[in-house]
Amino acid sequence: MTIIRLLSRPVRGALLAAALTLPLAPLASRADETVDPADWTEVLAKAKGQTVYFHAWGGEPRINAYIAWAGEQLQQRHGIKVEQVKVDDTANVVARIVAEKAAGQESGGAVDLVWINGENFVSLKKAGLLMSPGWATKLPNWPLVDVENKPAVVTDFTEPTDGQESPWGMAKLVFMHDTATLAEPPKTLDALAEHVKANPGRFTYPQPPNFHGSTFLKQVLATTIADRAKLSRPVDPASFEADVAPLFAYLDALHPNMWRQGRAFPQNQPALRQLLADGEIDIAFTFNPAGASAAIAAGELPETVRTFVLDGGTIGNAHFLAIPFNANAKAGALVLADFLLSPEAQARKQDPAIWGDPTVLAVERLEAAERERFAALDLGIATLSPEELGPVIEEPHASWMVELERAWTARYASQ
Amino acid sequence: MLRLAPLLALALMLGPVAAGLFGTLLPAVGYVPALGGETVSLAPLRMFLAQPGIGLSAALSLGTGLAATLGAFAAVVLFTAAFEGTRFFRAMRRLLSPLMAVPHAAAAFGLAFLITPSGFVMRLLSPWATGFQRPPDVLIVGDPLGLTMTLGLMAKEVPFLFLMLLAALPQADPVRSRRVAASLGYAPVAAWLTTVLPRIYPQIRLPVFAVLAYATSVVDVALILGPTTPPPLAVRLTAWMNDPDLSLRFMASAGALVQLGLSLFAIAVWIVGERLAVKLGRRWIESGRRSAAEHLATALSGSAMALLAAAMLSGLALLALWSVAGPWRFPDTFPLSFTLRAWTMHGYAAVDAIATTIAIALPVIAVAIALVLASLENETREGRARPRRSLLLLYLPLIVPQIAFVFGLQVLFLMAGLHDTLLAVALGHMVFVLPYVFLALSDPWRAVDPRYGHMAGALGASPARTFWRVRLPLARKAVATAAALGFAVSVAQYLPTLLIGGGRVSTVTTEAVALAAGGNRQLVGIYALLQMLLPFAAFLLAAAVPSVAHRRRRENETTA
Repeated sequence: MTIIRLLSRPVRGALLAAALTLPLAPLASRADETVDPADWTEVLAKAKGQTVYFHAWGGEPRINAYIAWAGEQLQQRHGIKVEQVKVDDTANVVARIVAEKAAGQESGGAVDLVWINGENFVSLKKAGLLMSPGWATKLPNWPLVDVENKPAVVTDFTEPTDGQESPWGMAKLVFMHDTATLAEPPKTLDALAEHVKANPGRFTYPQPPNFHGSTFLKQVLATTIADRAKLSRPVDPASFEADVAPLFAYLDALHPNMWRQGRAFPQNQPALRQLLADGEIDIAFTFNPAGASAAIAAGELPETVRTFVLDGGTIGNAHFLAIPFNANAKAGALVLADFLLSPEAQARKQDPAIWGDPTVLAVERLEAAERERFAALDLGIATLSPEELGPVIEEPHASWMVELERAWTARYASQ
Repeated sequence: MLRLAPLLALALMLGPVAAGLFGTLLPAVGYVPALGGETVSLAPLRMFLAQPGIGLSAALSLGTGLAATLGAFAAVVLFTAAFEGTRFFRAMRRLLSPLMAVPHAAAAFGLAFLITPSGFVMRLLSPWATGFQRPPDVLIVGDPLGLTMTLGLMAKEVPFLFLMLLAALPQADPVRSRRVAASLGYAPVAAWLTTVLPRIYPQIRLPVFAVLAYATSVVDVALILGPTTPPPLAVRLTAWMNDPDLSLRFMASAGALVQLGLSLFAIAVWIVGERLAVKLGRRWIESGRRSAAEHLATALSGSAMALLAAAMLSGLALLALWSVAGPWRFPDTFPLSFTLRAWTMHGYAAVDAIATTIAIALPVIAVAIALVLASLENETREGRARPRRSLLLLYLPLIVPQIAFVFGLQVLFLMAGLHDTLLAVALGHMVFVLPYVFLALSDPWRAVDPRYGHMAGALGASPARTFWRVRLPLARKAVATAAALGFAVSVAQYLPTLLIGGGRVSTVTTEAVALAAGGNRQLVGIYALLQMLLPFAAFLLAAAVPSVAHRRRRENETTA
């Protein structure tokens, strides 16, 4: 208003010109730092005194506390400061790294280490925004990783990790039910559909593209698709409609009897868990096999909640730690990633009283004392044993998730 | 010096917006080489328009925004017309003024805890009245028409508009105006609407536009209370902007320009409505009628304001209750036990966030108030009228969807090497704080009777002395309110803090939203409370400072 009228036309022009040219100005780049994970002594030396900004989802206080513990250990042992940047969506971190790339910032980036998997990883890897060459397989603790029995630790949503991310934990879809309201849960998708029909309003899933919601879609897809081998390849646009037809037929039948008649959905997994806690729904699910036990311990779920899996297996995957191409404290990030892979940190992580996240290590290969750490864990009242967890259905190629989310949204969330 | 103030304010406010808009425009026309867009085209716009349900999303944004603004405006105006001067009015004034400081997200959470099927109201009635042992399957929060979201927005905007109206009210001399009208036979509501409203409306028009622009592009309230099948436009834009599939940025940017148009369109609709109201109002006045459905207006506005205030207050009380709740299952009316566990686990972590929040907000409002006052004083001394055509520029920071131009801002600060610093975040906040301070301060300032200044000049006071001893003290209430508002705006900033701070600058609000993602009601309660506490304190101060200053002044005068 008043301030604008003071501007002469040339000044206004100059302002505009400044606005137009500024984004194209080159960026003063800081000294480049190269680290070689093969030379671990030098990595430790370089890392000393560094501050590692660890971008990790901050929605779970238990996980935040675990990261804070790891930070204290690193400070004591290696003189490295760890700052958790609590993000609400890892995609924001990807956006941040992209913005830095767009601004020409080739070093001194804001993100040193990021908790990641799936499409976020694929995005960064394809755009060349990750530290390369691969470093994860050169970490001192890498030989302990169970690559043979947990192929997901080197293949993230069918994308080879090429050592550009280090496995941190395992995930497997497990369902939760409150034995107080539902004693015998349905163990197949067909039984689930029948249960929902008989008990309207007592089942729902987080709204895709939420990660857990999309995982439910993938679970149904993997069970209903005629040729499951197709899922390990990119989506074939020609046959996509036919491939997902049984999935949508299943959902079409399910939705009218779902919570809120399928007209509204919880927005994430904790919200789904809260609905179970409130008694609004009979069945919920989680990607953390010990998640129910941990939630019971924290008073977030009633003690009568138990978990189960579907006959024929459920979707499973791994989650990882990655270092961006322009990270400011690469050495510190390497040391942190390695520490989080150590038997000590992995065992602590698997303790449901701490977090309850399954290890990526081959426990039987560990030294006796370290094996004991895992053996001593009480996995919790509602946690299934590894045998009970059943077979793993591997994650489909990342393109399936994208297409599924698009098709789901067009069908159920835009009318 | 004084002449430079407006320029500086303009640069601080519009420079980043221009750059940010530029950063929106480029991808909107498909040109960002770093992301693989090499040619200028309309493809992003076409892609945006081809999204399923996009028309519905836009209609939702427009409908809920207009309805919430109109509802809040009507409630506030009719309530003031019907109740000004009563004890009820004074009570509501005391209740609602501090509620303005409540961040939108906190208010929305409070409302959700209250009215959701597993919420407090249903718990109060269950199972004795309803028979429900489990929450009923009723769609309240997140209804497809956005009614709950509209209610939430209304509840939050009512205190804002009410405070703006209260700040402007004294200039219109409402008591004597109404008395004169009453002596001519006008009933109270009709008297107020015909004699007071036309004089104060110009002063609350800008805040109304800000509300309109905000309500049509809101993200946080929509995420908590709004529909999701599909969500309102701004929510979808935010999601695309954050999508790991970077090609969606183009479409999101094109959508951001559409969102800008949508918010502008809402304002245009409002202006048409204004014209219509003027025409009808004039005809009504000419008809000579002396009453305006007095009973209906009184009953409606009184109960609406009381309900909204009650909903807000009980929602906030629920947040406090949840923050200390042990197990609290449906249909228990109250928690089985109380525990400070959540506070002891997370309370200490909040201290850092509080310190950071204040460290950013204080310098920002100090600079903003100084710049705005200097600009206004400059205008006063030059004695020029306000040009209408420049209005839109001031509004840019309030109308452009935050997510779109903050992304551009982020790039700007990166290039200046200022990213991740408190200074950069403070500059980012300035973009949003300045316009609000300007909006809150400019009209009351301009409404200060110029004859006071003329008189001081005639008595030999220098312009500076006139400013410090006459005009500033006359406007002290507006200055204090504007400062508190600026503080609240700074505290509530989420996206600018997150993006410009690179996630390293943690304020109470960024922590609150990050933790809210986990859905833990105890935590939501704690952080929503903390998020409220700071601006609350600021408004308390703002309410106290003018009267303290006034008392000191009077003491000075009597001793002098």
